[in-house]
Amino acid sequence: MKISNLIKTAWNAILINKVRTLLTMLGIIIGVASVITMLAIGEGSKESIKTQISSMGSNMINIRPGADMRGGVRLNPSDMQTLKLKDYEALKEQADLLTDVSPQVTGSGQVIYGASNWPTSIYGVSTSFIDIKKFTVEDGSMFTEADVKSFAKVAVIGQTIVENLFPNENPVGKMIRFDNTPFKVIGVLSEKGENTFGQDQDDVILTPYTTVQKRILAIDYIQSIVASAVSEEQAEDAVNQVTDILRTQHQISSNEEDDFNVFSMDELISTFSSTSEMLTVLLVAIAGISLLIGGIGIMNIMYVSVKERTREIGLRMAVGGRGDDILKQFLIEAILISITGGIIGVSLGLLATYLVENLLNWPTSITSFSIMISFAVCAITGIFFGWYPARKAAALDPINALRYE
Amino acid sequence: MKKEIIKIENLKRSFKMGEETVHALKGISFTIHEGEFVTIMGSSGSGKSTMLNILGCLDQPTEGVYEIDGVKMKTLSKNELAKIRNEKIGFIFQSYNLLPRTSAIENVELPLMYNNSVSTDIRKESSVNALERVGLGERLHHTPAQLSGGQQQRVAIARSLVNDPVVILADEATGNLDTRTSYEIMSLFQELNKNGKTIVFVTHEPDIAEFSSRTIVLKDGNIIKDAYNNNILNAAEALASLPKED
Repeated sequence: MKISNLIKTAWNAILINKVRTLLTMLGIIIGVASVITMLAIGEGSKESIKTQISSMGSNMINIRPGADMRGGVRLNPSDMQTLKLKDYEALKEQADLLTDVSPQVTGSGQVIYGASNWPTSIYGVSTSFIDIKKFTVEDGSMFTEADVKSFAKVAVIGQTIVENLFPNENPVGKMIRFDNTPFKVIGVLSEKGENTFGQDQDDVILTPYTTVQKRILAIDYIQSIVASAVSEEQAEDAVNQVTDILRTQHQISSNEEDDFNVFSMDELISTFSSTSEMLTVLLVAIAGISLLIGGIGIMNIMYVSVKERTREIGLRMAVGGRGDDILKQFLIEAILISITGGIIGVSLGLLATYLVENLLNWPTSITSFSIMISFAVCAITGIFFGWYPARKAAALDPINALRYE
Repeated sequence: MKKEIIKIENLKRSFKMGEETVHALKGISFTIHEGEFVTIMGSSGSGKSTMLNILGCLDQPTEGVYEIDGVKMKTLSKNELAKIRNEKIGFIFQSYNLLPRTSAIENVELPLMYNNSVSTDIRKESSVNALERVGLGERLHHTPAQLSGGQQQRVAIARSLVNDPVVILADEATGNLDTRTSYEIMSLFQELNKNGKTIVFVTHEPDIAEFSSRTIVLKDGNIIKDAYNNNILNAAEALASLPKED
């Protein structure tokens, strides 16, 4: 029989048992719909993590003190004093894979202006800090190298501080107090929003690191160093270079552990991605199982169908149908059931994804790959589970089939 | 001399049933020429079903010769047999064997669907013609459930005609029908036969055999009678002579 006629015949047989076919498809429909939706959610969360981390500066490198032991006791990294200004200067001079480097010392406390006050953190940094963190100065200006050298009491403040202390005023030129130290506001940062961890990136006061070291914390070490690599691709090389320079600086012999940690954003991205990837694999596995069950449903119904239509098969053979024609007819029927189930499943999956995105506000991302793989799996399911019943139909003896009651 | 449609020589068919071998046909010979209307009769177990299966190329003989339209079937493969059935034979069954929930025309089209050399247009045309020949030109799109038993058998007859076979094989074609409808169907067969169709009709009803031109009687796998009918009854007249129904 011609393939077009085979498809028509198979389609008619499906239409004759609409409800039964629909129930058979249900397993496939649910399986495909869940694969599409879950992949969309998985991909969406992965992408949103990526973009959020990138917005923090995708080529950013963080250096923190770490793994310091005093008499066998591991210390809290922020209490460690292994990072010095000399390290910062060495990185600035030697690390050619870094474009900008800034030390960072942080204090927290209450910032006061007039009758308003607000608990916040003060960041002692260098002038290149805003380039590394991708901040922009909206109003006024950033402090200068001269301010750093002179321990100047100047501050550049974020939008959250502006909202809480200067609801109706222009803050530039005003004096604020942080821990009884007066600062002159010389600039305002533009809004940046929350980062991946839910931290408000606008709740900051930036001042020269020398000022924080001397006037607020009274320390001579630095708490961390932030830097940016020349490019995202070279971030890994930059991490290695920083490690080498710091090991030399700290005179660490080759059999000793680092007394600092260097992180690139890449590592952060892959850590987060791997979590969501594992979740995706898990979800897809569950969906795969439901596809398998759907396939078994098809096989089951095809068996019933072959049994039920034994006389029809006998007749088809009597009027000239070859075993091959019968095989193809039932195989095409199984494939049509699974592909139709697939089409309905994909549509439902897209609808579910749309609902998740719009009602739950979860980030989603539909890839054409997931749709293609769904169809491929459906076709394979149809062929795989339709083959055996179809084979059985084709092998029937027409004489017995015609007499089958 | 008319063309030989079916030629059988010393045909034997035996089945293995466990330890025993059952000889269903024990060496049968006959020839059917074009235009004959042959009834094959016999009680159950006489071998007439086995005979019909072989004539219909659904089964192959253990021994002997079977030629249909000049083709020896002993050496043919399964697919070649299917092709013979498709092109040279028209089947009619006792229980009609129509596809349920499928229109009359689609049922009639079925044999031509398995012949790739027949185009869609010709298939439709031939099917409509066949249905018109059996008097169902007005019911092309009725499904079997919407037709009476007699009408269903007419659809089956149309299906057997659609591929223009060299022989029509009917297996108890009137077995499920009342007398009146049986006569109607027999009258249709006689008409087809008059127009040149060769028909082999298997039945166990002697009065049906009276409408045919030749009767072969089987018993225990042998032919006990093979006679031409000198007094062929006319089914249309028989139908007219039936008492009127209320």
